Amino acid sequence: MTFFVKYDFDLACKTLLREHLDAFDVSYSLGSLGEVKIKGGLSEEQRNSLATSLKRYGIEILDGQKITLVERIKNAIDELLKDKDLKSIKVSTYLSDTLHYSYAHLSSVFSESTYTSIENYIILRKVDLAKELICNTDLTLTEIAFRLNYSSVAHLSGQFKKTTGLTPSSFQRIMSKKIKHTVNPKT
Amino acid sequence: MDTQLLNIALADDDEDDRMLFSEAIDEIGIRTKLSLFKHGQELMDYLTLPNIVLPNLIFLDLNMPIKNGLQCLKEIRENPDLKDLCIAIYSTSSSEKDVEETFLNGANIYLNKPNNFVKLQASVERVLQLNWQYHTSNLNKDTFLFRI
Repeated sequence: MTFFVKYDFDLACKTLLREHLDAFDVSYSLGSLGEVKIKGGLSEEQRNSLATSLKRYGIEILDGQKITLVERIKNAIDELLKDKDLKSIKVSTYLSDTLHYSYAHLSSVFSESTYTSIENYIILRKVDLAKELICNTDLTLTEIAFRLNYSSVAHLSGQFKKTTGLTPSSFQRIMSKKIKHTVNPKT
Repeated sequence: MDTQLLNIALADDDEDDRMLFSEAIDEIGIRTKLSLFKHGQELMDYLTLPNIVLPNLIFLDLNMPIKNGLQCLKEIRENPDLKDLCIAIYSTSSSEKDVEETFLNGANIYLNKPNNFVKLQASVERVLQLNWQYHTSNLNKDTFLFRI
């Protein structure tokens, strides 16, 4: 038997984190952008054992200096794209307000270490989300365009094609064939 | 700035194409280390050596003697140690059949060999950037499909 599952990435990670943190008998809270606050902190031993158990799921505890500004920018962008209430806010305003740096600074730090600009990264991320919605939901392109804050389906299709080289419909066709192909490679 | 070297492999039977590719990649502002292979079998022999540093990205020509690109692609995707490698098809063919067949078999990027050096450089740079974003960001690798 073969079947498929649909999952909410964010919820899955948070549930996993909760399950593992509950084992330590500490009071904690999970913030947005992958932030975990623990009252009183963890002992070295606890921290290492948490790190080991989370590693299996591809979750890594970031050390102070490793949480680079770039990762915080990326997380903030994800948050912005997910939250319907934030749609009307300008990206530059949102980022500089959330991260407390001028947009010019954020933008130059980002470009220096990622080979791309914040603007281009957002386009790539939005197209990535569109791909995910096309594959995992029954939403129409119109609904996807609305959800990702595109002004029209044409705008979404155009950006999709320009970024991936494929139209949304040919992407969808290839992905559905690919799923069949993976299940039964002989056909 | 992250100065980590990107390991790139190219399998192409045409010597001129290999040379042009290596010149193009040298002039891009991303630090890379390129390994060249004359055909698919040579690439596969290398990839299955014990204790090698696997490339971050492999460019595969489709029409090659001994073992062609599609065969390599299938073998890579079937090998548990190699299946997560990012694969870019690098071919003169722009037939829809080739594009679709390679995507179905797990290619991430389909790049048509551009007909001039400037375009080649731009395309290779684009592929490296995309690959970089997929390595460093929370993008969904299951839908990593691009045609350039």
